[in-house]
Amino acid sequence: MKYLDEFRSPKRVRAVLERIGERRRRPLRLMEFCGTHTHAIFRHGIRQLLPPGIAMLSGPGCPVCVTSAADLDRAIGLAGLPGVTLAIFGDMLRVPGSHGSLQAAKAAGADVRVVYSSLDALGIARAHPERTVILLGVGFETTAPTIAAAVLEAERDRLANFRLYCLHKLTPPAAIAILRSGEVALDGVLAPGHVSAIIGAEAWGFVPRDFSLPAAVAGFEPLDILLAIADLVEQHEAGQAAVHNAYGRGVRPAGNLVAVRLMEEVFQPVPAEWRGLGTVPASGLGLRPRFLAYDATPLLAEHGLDRLEAHEPAGCRCGDVLRGALSPEGCPLFCRACTPERPVGPCMVSSEGSCAASYRYGERP
Amino acid sequence: MCLAVPARIITIEGTGAEIEVGGVRRRVGLQLTPEARIGDYVLVHTGFAISILDPDEAEATLQLFQELDASRRGES
Amino acid sequence: MSNVVLLAHGSGGRLSHDLVTRVFGAAYGNPILARMDDAATLPMPPGSRLAFTTDGFVVRPLFFPGGDIGRLAVCGTVNDLAMSGAQPLALSAALVIEEGFAIADLERIAASMALAAREAGVEIVTGDTKVVERGHADGCFVTTAGVGAIADGVDISGANARPGDVVLLNGPVGDHGMAIMSRREGLRFEAPLASDAAPLNGLVKAMLEAGPGIRCLRDPTRGGLATTLNELAGQSQVTIIVEEARIPVRPAVRGLCELLGLDPLYVANEGKLVAIVAPEAAERVLAAMQAHALGRDSVAIGRVEAGRAGRVALRTTLGAHRVLDMMAGELLPRIC
Repeated sequence: MKYLDEFRSPKRVRAVLERIGERRRRPLRLMEFCGTHTHAIFRHGIRQLLPPGIAMLSGPGCPVCVTSAADLDRAIGLAGLPGVTLAIFGDMLRVPGSHGSLQAAKAAGADVRVVYSSLDALGIARAHPERTVILLGVGFETTAPTIAAAVLEAERDRLANFRLYCLHKLTPPAAIAILRSGEVALDGVLAPGHVSAIIGAEAWGFVPRDFSLPAAVAGFEPLDILLAIADLVEQHEAGQAAVHNAYGRGVRPAGNLVAVRLMEEVFQPVPAEWRGLGTVPASGLGLRPRFLAYDATPLLAEHGLDRLEAHEPAGCRCGDVLRGALSPEGCPLFCRACTPERPVGPCMVSSEGSCAASYRYGERP
Repeated sequence: MCLAVPARIITIEGTGAEIEVGGVRRRVGLQLTPEARIGDYVLVHTGFAISILDPDEAEATLQLFQELDASRRGES
Repeated sequence: MSNVVLLAHGSGGRLSHDLVTRVFGAAYGNPILARMDDAATLPMPPGSRLAFTTDGFVVRPLFFPGGDIGRLAVCGTVNDLAMSGAQPLALSAALVIEEGFAIADLERIAASMALAAREAGVEIVTGDTKVVERGHADGCFVTTAGVGAIADGVDISGANARPGDVVLLNGPVGDHGMAIMSRREGLRFEAPLASDAAPLNGLVKAMLEAGPGIRCLRDPTRGGLATTLNELAGQSQVTIIVEEARIPVRPAVRGLCELLGLDPLYVANEGKLVAIVAPEAAERVLAAMQAHALGRDSVAIGRVEAGRAGRVALRTTLGAHRVLDMMAGELLPRIC
């Protein structure tokens, strides 16, 4: 398949690995801020292939994992309202809230439907005018503009029974929070390729400018990830700190301006609660007042869902894992009380949570 | 946090396009990439094209491998 | 006769009798079924022992590219028998049908079952029909049971694998699950995909005739190839290593899996089998598979090794090893 196979070529991958091995002198610690990178790294065994001396840490780049228990509880509450169909992306189905998951709610009778695209949720709304279709909007800047396009279509068609429960978040604020905390010593950042396709490679300028660290925008095939790591090694060895775009075929310096404008037209920055980081100002997206009719937020107050008491599961260390401060293996629950079959926290549920990735693809105790 | 797959645009109709990957076809939205043309390869995420793939950049990335290979053999 | 199924069709009276005769009798009638006794009597082949299996089928949608619930039911049960080295002797088919179900659809399902049974060389000799109120059965559920004969001397079990054994696969994986997924509500993909549902008893017979040395047979249904390998490794208390590059996957399955973020190794198959064979038998058995219509694309995909019991590892195309775990939960499309 074009643009995939060439970037998985074992020969090319070996050449880059050798280059990394030759150039790396000092040990380095790199953080990837994208759960899809975490998944890809584990799936292709990148950590195993890398020469020694390079530590890869996973940051809070999994929008599923960073959704707070409170927000998830509210989503479950909305799903339980009479006449509501909650349309979700598959990733969210099994994430545990304070009292169970959307899957449990579905089993108990809530109308929860997995969709591939927000446009499919619009389709459900059109086909079922008697139901209120609420789309659970989870995801970062890659997804947010697509949801914005769906909301605009709903507005254009005056789709009276469609609403968005917007839990979208922005990546740079979380990266800044992690880097500022200084909790984890880092030598470089692997920047998310598809978020950058939207916001642009230049959006990561704060990494070298404010934190004196190199950043490399990386795609998701093995060759892409390794080329970005090779770039970070080169920069680190040269004492350099700049943003380099290692995903030139998909990412432009200024990003996708049409997508950014769509996001700005529909959304405004709001404070958001991140599992592991607490509340981070201007790190989430909320619908602008113009779209009040398509906003599920008023329904929360209407049905007393805005005052739910949420709690993290006992002993869950997802917060620490999400900040890169704890490895999955370091969590006392990992593989014991917490497994993909019986997950305690979201890091074990999401296909790109570090714990799930570690459990599925890595060696286990 | 972003599964996006390279797919080829087969037809365009209004704000949508039919894309193809491995023989699988689907209609996706072009709202984020209105300048996309038939024959372009785009990254598809949740039923939308989010970016048009640049063939020259792709080639340049693949060429890096050639250079690495050459420099390994001490030829550059 | 009405054109939809009524509650009365399940009540045992004249309407029931009519339904059974006109739909099932017409589709897969045979002398044993025609006797309409409460139980079918069958001769027991000498020099063999009985294999017995049952399965319930709840697939949605009922009709999908390459098959339907009827074909799935017959093939599924025939294959369970075949995987224990048994030649199928007879099947039963019990249906629970929702009131209001179109008789025409029932006839389609029955015809499918008949065709699959003919392909397998087996008959459906007994059955049952129940009708439940609208809203209580989601169309139609089918439960099949099957008996088969395992010839003396044939000993096939998931616990038989030993270090050094070779792992064989009869063709590309993921067709069935992705054919179904492409038709699920909310997904709507056009894919040149069809379920691979097929009765494998003929293939197994050819493999057994190729000589001794077949240790395990298993069909990778729900949970896919990865889950099946885990089951075998667990039962046999061995390690299994497979090569990613050797596992065949059709381009359309790959394409749809990429789009939905799924791994073909976890997608259900209904016409595939995994065979673990003694190393000295591998070439012979593989040749017998490739000579059969349902095994043309057969390939050796890995080996059994001494090592941590129950562990399955995948050697990726890049040469790294990663654990291939059992499937946890449902196969769900993802966006991340």
